[in-house]
Amino acid sequence: MFSNLSSRDWTMFLIFSGVVLAAPVLFQPIGAAYPAILQKFCIFGLFAIGFNILFGLTGYLSFGHAAFLGVGSYAAVWSFKLFTMNVVPAVILAIIFAGFFAAVIGFISLRRSGIYFSIITLAFAQMSYNLAYSVLTPLTNGETGLQLSLNDPRVIDHMFIEPGAGLPRTNFFGIDVSGGGLSGFYFTAVLLIIGFYISMRIFRSPFGLQLKAIKSNQNRMRYTGYNTRPYLIAAFVISGVYAGLAGALMACTDPLAGAERMQWTASGEVVLMTILGGVGTLVGPVIGAAVIKYFENIFSSFNDNTLNQFYSFLPEPVREAFVTVSGLFVGEGWSLTLGVVFMLIVIFLPGGIMEGVRRIASLFKGGNKGDGNAAVSGHPQAAE
Amino acid sequence: MSKLIINRRGLLKAGAMGGVVLAAPTHFIRNAYAEDMSCNMPTGDTVVFGFNVPQSGPYADEGADELKAYQLAVKHLNGEGDGGALATFSSKALKGNGVLGKKVAYVTGDTQTKSDAARDSAKRMIEKEGAIMITGGSSSGVAVAVQSLCQDMGVIFMAALTHSNDTTGKDKKRYGFRQFFNAYMSGVALGPVLAEAYGKDRRAYHLTADYTWGWTQEESIKNATEAQGWETVNAVRTPLGAGDFSQYLTPVLNSGADVLILNHYGKDMVNSLTQAVQFGMREKQVNGKNFEIVVPLFSELMAEGAGDAIKGIYGTENWNWQLDTAGTKAFVQSYGKEYGAPPSQAAQVAYSQAILYADACERAGTFFAPEVIKALEGFEFDGLGNGKTLYRDSDHQCFHDVLVVQGKENPKDKYDTLEIKKIVPASEVTYDPAIFGGDLGPYDAKTCG
Amino acid sequence: MDALILQILNGLDKGGAYALIALGLTLVFGTLGVVNFAHGALFMLGAFCAVTFNKFLTLETVTLDPTQQTPWGTAMEIRTPVVEAYLGDFGAVLINYSVPVSVLLAIPVMLVIGIVMERGLIRHFYNRPHADQILVTFGLAIVIQEIIKHYFGANPIPQSAPAMFSGTAQVGMLFGLGDAIPYPWWRLVYLFFSLAVIGLVFAFLQFTTYGMVVRAGMRDRETVGLLGIDIGRRFTVVFGIAAVVAGVAGVMYTPVLPPDFHMGMDFLVLSFVVVVVGGMGSLGGAVAAGFLLGILQSFASMNEVKSIFPGIDQIIIYLVAVVILLTMPRGLMGRKGVMED
Repeated sequence: MFSNLSSRDWTMFLIFSGVVLAAPVLFQPIGAAYPAILQKFCIFGLFAIGFNILFGLTGYLSFGHAAFLGVGSYAAVWSFKLFTMNVVPAVILAIIFAGFFAAVIGFISLRRSGIYFSIITLAFAQMSYNLAYSVLTPLTNGETGLQLSLNDPRVIDHMFIEPGAGLPRTNFFGIDVSGGGLSGFYFTAVLLIIGFYISMRIFRSPFGLQLKAIKSNQNRMRYTGYNTRPYLIAAFVISGVYAGLAGALMACTDPLAGAERMQWTASGEVVLMTILGGVGTLVGPVIGAAVIKYFENIFSSFNDNTLNQFYSFLPEPVREAFVTVSGLFVGEGWSLTLGVVFMLIVIFLPGGIMEGVRRIASLFKGGNKGDGNAAVSGHPQAAE
Repeated sequence: MSKLIINRRGLLKAGAMGGVVLAAPTHFIRNAYAEDMSCNMPTGDTVVFGFNVPQSGPYADEGADELKAYQLAVKHLNGEGDGGALATFSSKALKGNGVLGKKVAYVTGDTQTKSDAARDSAKRMIEKEGAIMITGGSSSGVAVAVQSLCQDMGVIFMAALTHSNDTTGKDKKRYGFRQFFNAYMSGVALGPVLAEAYGKDRRAYHLTADYTWGWTQEESIKNATEAQGWETVNAVRTPLGAGDFSQYLTPVLNSGADVLILNHYGKDMVNSLTQAVQFGMREKQVNGKNFEIVVPLFSELMAEGAGDAIKGIYGTENWNWQLDTAGTKAFVQSYGKEYGAPPSQAAQVAYSQAILYADACERAGTFFAPEVIKALEGFEFDGLGNGKTLYRDSDHQCFHDVLVVQGKENPKDKYDTLEIKKIVPASEVTYDPAIFGGDLGPYDAKTCG
Repeated sequence: MDALILQILNGLDKGGAYALIALGLTLVFGTLGVVNFAHGALFMLGAFCAVTFNKFLTLETVTLDPTQQTPWGTAMEIRTPVVEAYLGDFGAVLINYSVPVSVLLAIPVMLVIGIVMERGLIRHFYNRPHADQILVTFGLAIVIQEIIKHYFGANPIPQSAPAMFSGTAQVGMLFGLGDAIPYPWWRLVYLFFSLAVIGLVFAFLQFTTYGMVVRAGMRDRETVGLLGIDIGRRFTVVFGIAAVVAGVAGVMYTPVLPPDFHMGMDFLVLSFVVVVVGGMGSLGGAVAAGFLLGILQSFASMNEVKSIFPGIDQIIIYLVAVVILLTMPRGLMGRKGVMED
């Protein structure tokens, strides 16, 4: 049954799982070992893995995946409000809703390909965002975002227990998931590992091959008698489910769902994460997600004080110069750094961060062995 | 907290495992073991404040103003600089040696004016950097989102710029405090001034940003103007960030309305006002009267962005640097010497919220959150710029004088854009907290997850 | 009636703006096959040409007068205009006309920026996957945006139209409707300006040999290359033209929309939608789509329509985009095979 995974794949899977589970220790030196950011790494890692199943395998660039993330979040928060604070029903509900939503949008938008497909998905996501922000406020609570409140029904919970005075936390059969703490991280980490495993299986399965064939030449696929549409829709729904799961996890670790999650910038972010890490690679999207979230959360937090401490070993005048110059790139300048990183990586490492990893690896091995997960790099593309 | 709480985690576990519903109570008071420990109680010789302001996106300049004011407040708290408004502040608990003998340090973060990013940033400050309180923000959506996070983590949130009625109304929280005024107070303050300036027989047309803040403001202004005898012709919702508002402005022209009320903020307001003026609305005559435009909520930065279009337009402000109070003068001098420009209302609200929190700790004699909250609730003070102010205990809203301002016709310099037309006393804008509902929630302390 | 005419005017005006922004984008798409996410940044840079020019004209020397104090406790600043004073009356005229004059300034500036961008960066991405193009141009857009923010701040900077055009025109007079249809002069100027620029670009492509080669390149780059034509240089010029069109669109839009560093991003998605609805590789399609979406957006915002479909004005553009792309596989006038895979 596991025959389609090579021993190399298993090694990679074990290393990946090990790194994820040990993240609270491993990421200590770079200041990213607190629960909230670790959770974000996992959640956006999942989002990007799912996105990569569509984009990396079939080459269909969806620009509206954030809509599924948003739907997942809303479904999960409603589950917390109406039924129970247990995360399991919330996750299941989110997956169902996001999957259904993805099936509908996928069915419609996959009638077109290329940039036409991208714009249709973008249009759906933007419509969802605009409506969620304004007209659908009774359902989404608009700008403020959908939140828990003290007088939510929570019917299942109320059958068992008296509500407390404050807002309850989300839990996994009694273990707190929201409210900070590492238990929330481990909940997301386990799901990330499961999601990674499934994506690996998909990549190595005949289904994955068929998707790759669609990417390299859809017409030839059609001539050989394959109807490509069901495969595409399946891939679209799977990646939509991943997005929905990511959205549910955002709500589980922090029970709030806002419309901004569906804006085009959010869809664009996952595209950037995937490209940055390496399109079509297994680990790349997770790394891309982590890099972007790291910049957003950590670089933005540096101010002159932190910089002065950082450069405290330097003599006063030199330090001042260093602080001034690096001040441009941190704090409020964090997005500038991100922009520069995007450009540098794509200029010098076509194929994203994973390309860099591969180059370093081949340096050590003393020769390029060629990798099973070769990215799209070098993939010939007509100008039109 | 007289209510006993059942240990719901244990119960859920039991229920899930055996399907058994236990009737026998296993009561105990939650967190009884942590009677005087709340999240991030400082242990060393410093106490960390978290300044969560927009540093990217359209409100970055407001965020920068807030941050400057916070840094100034930290200086004053630590006894550096000239002490600023601390000297005029009616509470003399702060001694300029930090707070409770601990030096104030701070961490900063970028909210991006997005709820998710703001919560991420606040969590980083709480989980990683040990911030004992969070303050900042430039929109109501962000304020409400961060406020509920802080309630959940047991960290006090001192909101800066947030004008929606919801922040201390329907979404009020025990751990959230707001010094800024709200849409209801804007309406009550503005209504009589408008009636006096433009007459009682007016027909108003609202353009409203289509999200919660816009709606609460539209409702508040509508009620206030209708109470003065005005008629509301129409209220039209416009999408956030519409950019070009022409398609919403042209229907105003021949609608029979003689006043246009723009319930927009930030860039939306700058654009809609600029464009309304271009459509000749300032020169128009309708029903034998001059057509007028009103922008209920002003800020100095918006006034600067709108340029000449702002001249003669009425609106309200929480505070203005030209106000003639001792606290204002002290703060303006101190801020001006530090940064070479007078502070905006964003800076003032940030500064006073930081000082108020520090002072409450000092008066409570502890950083233990429930005690600090009690010290803030019902606290009456003066000398921070807004005049006599009450931090109302039932909804954590500050009540102080509200300013009705008008865009100045001949500004002396670029800071002289708004002119104070009327100072509406706090007593006139005070309302019954019950009208907005909401529930503050419990005091109980949390120990950071 | 007057309401309808006003909305048609709004629609045309919006359409002109959309078409103008989309024009350069589709040119780059169609000829170079590059997905340029930095196009919005070019629009914004154009707007800041106007801001910079205005700032230059109103440059002041600042001397401190320690004997007097400002209310905020610093020494009083005495500001004396430099450029304006030097130029005298002419300076005042220049300031009044700073926006239209900035167009003349923006043309060479944007041309240089465009050429530098193409030579230095975009050129190396012609044969790279679209994914790489997206990442690199998006990164570039962020960098440009942050640099502008660093120098000009995040707050919008108001620019005024020349006094002559700042009032309203009584368009109703044309239809015998009296003064029921006042419309801002500047918006009418913008409309004619956009039509003129669109016409110029079309004429350039249609009636010059240079344009003919570019059009041929859009159809089939390889064959044109095989004919011994240095298509690379032409492409540089095309990119430069796209940058200029985006830039002057930005300049002329400043009186309507006070510019800030973020305005490019605000228009980015919209311009992509317009280009794709028009059909890839079709200039006429982009223009048609611009006007179509502009007009539909104006009508969808009418209270009568909104009362039947609440929120329709929020989504109309996207809704129309979906409907058009589903009924016409390649948008309004797209060509087969262009960016379809």
